[in-house]
Amino acid sequence: MTKSSWPLYEVFVRGKRGLNHVHVGSLHAPDDEMALRNARDLYTRRNEGVSIWVVKAEAITASSPDEKDPFFAPSGDKVYRHPTFYAIPEDVPHL
Amino acid sequence: MDLERQFEQTVAADHRVEPRDWMPDGYRATLIRQIAQHAHSEIIGMQPEGNWISRAPSLRRKAVLLAKVQDEAGHGLYLYAAAETLGADRAELTEKLIEGRQKYSSIFNYPTLTYADVGVIGWLVDGAAICNQVPLCRTSYGPYARAMIRVCKEESFHQRQGYELLMTMMSGTRQQREMVQDSVNRWWWPSLMMFGPSDAESSNTEQSMVWRIKRHTNDELRQRFVDMSVPQAEKLGVTLPDPALVWNPDRGHHDFGEIDWTEFWQVVKGEGPCNAERIAHRRKAHEDGAWVREAATAYARKKEQAA
Amino acid sequence: MDNAYDGLTDAGEEKHWAFGTGFTAALAGVDRAIPDADRDSLTAYCLMLGDDALIYSQRLAEWCSRAPELEEDVALANIALDLLGQARLLLSRAAEIEGVGRDEDALAYLRDEREFRNVRLAEIDCGPGPGGDFGTTIARLLIFSTWRLAVFQRLVTSADPVLAAVAAKGIKELAYHRDHAAQWVLRLAGGTEYSRERIVAGLDRVWAFTEELFATHRVEAALPGIAVDPASARAEFDQVIDTVLNAAGLDRPQVKQVAALAGQAGRDGVHTAAMGFLLAELQHIARSMPGARW
Repeated sequence: MTKSSWPLYEVFVRGKRGLNHVHVGSLHAPDDEMALRNARDLYTRRNEGVSIWVVKAEAITASSPDEKDPFFAPSGDKVYRHPTFYAIPEDVPHL
Repeated sequence: MDLERQFEQTVAADHRVEPRDWMPDGYRATLIRQIAQHAHSEIIGMQPEGNWISRAPSLRRKAVLLAKVQDEAGHGLYLYAAAETLGADRAELTEKLIEGRQKYSSIFNYPTLTYADVGVIGWLVDGAAICNQVPLCRTSYGPYARAMIRVCKEESFHQRQGYELLMTMMSGTRQQREMVQDSVNRWWWPSLMMFGPSDAESSNTEQSMVWRIKRHTNDELRQRFVDMSVPQAEKLGVTLPDPALVWNPDRGHHDFGEIDWTEFWQVVKGEGPCNAERIAHRRKAHEDGAWVREAATAYARKKEQAA
Repeated sequence: MDNAYDGLTDAGEEKHWAFGTGFTAALAGVDRAIPDADRDSLTAYCLMLGDDALIYSQRLAEWCSRAPELEEDVALANIALDLLGQARLLLSRAAEIEGVGRDEDALAYLRDEREFRNVRLAEIDCGPGPGGDFGTTIARLLIFSTWRLAVFQRLVTSADPVLAAVAAKGIKELAYHRDHAAQWVLRLAGGTEYSRERIVAGLDRVWAFTEELFATHRVEAALPGIAVDPASARAEFDQVIDTVLNAAGLDRPQVKQVAALAGQAGRDGVHTAAMGFLLAELQHIARSMPGARW
């Protein structure tokens, strides 16, 4: 049997306006255009109006968490960059 | 710090292990086996219910069932993707499935005989799956846990549609009520078997618990499922086919009868009522689709060369 | 945060789980007044459009668990679900206008073959059964969705507010179906030698049912301002099809049409042999258990 495996794509979705694109998972597709369509079918179903990014998994350059110290330590002490640093009253929605 | 200790600390602290972290070979192999088996179960699991889409007795039921079976394709896909982060290619895993070298949940080797089975699969089989899967949302491997969160969200609709169908049928004709009871009789024991061999017989449990791949033993989850199902059966007005099933106030749990382990191992070993046809169905789809997958690959290559 | 999806969905809201919930709200707020027209014609017209979607959806759903790849399995099921949704809205509207106490299920499950008004293109087996394959399936999807989209684009101004609303909702779905088909036509035509053969054969097979799509039926002629005359959609259909075929390097099929029987075809309840088997499967449980509740 012939094996013809489509490349792996990573999928990022903007859930609603004002939010970042978030990684939601991956899928296989023969090319970029089909990847986008498959992502719509699979990860957004019918919620129109969202924005989707797809990128071939092999195109992503990643740091390894094992190299954590030199790469991430500089931001580790800047707690003010993190949203949880700020006390927000409970009744403020969607924050 | 040495890699193994760092891994153990990550797991012990209930942090997630991520794809590019160092991990022991055994951990990787166990995960690939478990995730692949889980993914295969979703894909093979499309068949027993998919069988009824064309015959669904109302348009609403048809839409619900098609959406549900479609979800299962999606779930299989999320899970294959999680396995791929460990270096196992989906095409390879599919080959292993259709060559019978990897397993899937034995429950799908039982036939669906009436439309009541669609309801009972939703109620009991998906209910048992949820018991197994909810703890996996906190499993130690990040991509698997994230896939399971999405799966569990969708599964709860699956269970509810099943129970709702059964409630509707129980309020229908006498023939319908008999169909439901007959279906419960056939699916109850196989549903209990979904939790796997008893803890004493389960070879992989202990190490998987240490690695926090598994969070509960087979028998713990099975007990939880029985305790959950008894009041649901009462509300529905059906009898669970186990004369030994009784509330034990001392344990605070239901006691229940012994599973037929001979049947269990027979089905696991491939001698269930539908093993051969399930694999044949999957193989045919895969092989019939080969020319389509190749065509799309060839087209993409030509486009790239032209660019 | 343990849940990576919190940013994407409003957790706990049922509608986000999946399809299968929230079917009822599709036309919320739409005026359901029945326009001043011949009731029989209006009912028949809703059945025509509804049966097209119902029967084609039944065929598409046959792919479930049989598609060439999992992603495509999900895509085809989405299309089938869209069409089933359209069918339910249209059959419910037919029942409402008819006004004799039938509902969508009575119309779908208890009518006989001669009472179904779908075009024959919707009912033929184009795969995964022995009557076709993925190439034929894509060819039908291209023809059907291009035609139905062109009709629905004209239906949005219908004097029946429900038909107009169904069309407005359906346009978005059909545009996606057409695009999906067109993408695959390009890939099959430009893929391998074999895939090119398959899409050419598929187009030949379904092209034989195209004339029927554009024949003005007397029901349509009896409902000016409400129904769309499909003949008016022909030019647009031809233009879209030619654009796709051109891009794929394919010629328009030159095949004989499957003729009507004494002027009658699907719209008049005159179907192909495949239709009886399709309905037998679709209807058998509902019919064999009268009085049952589902």
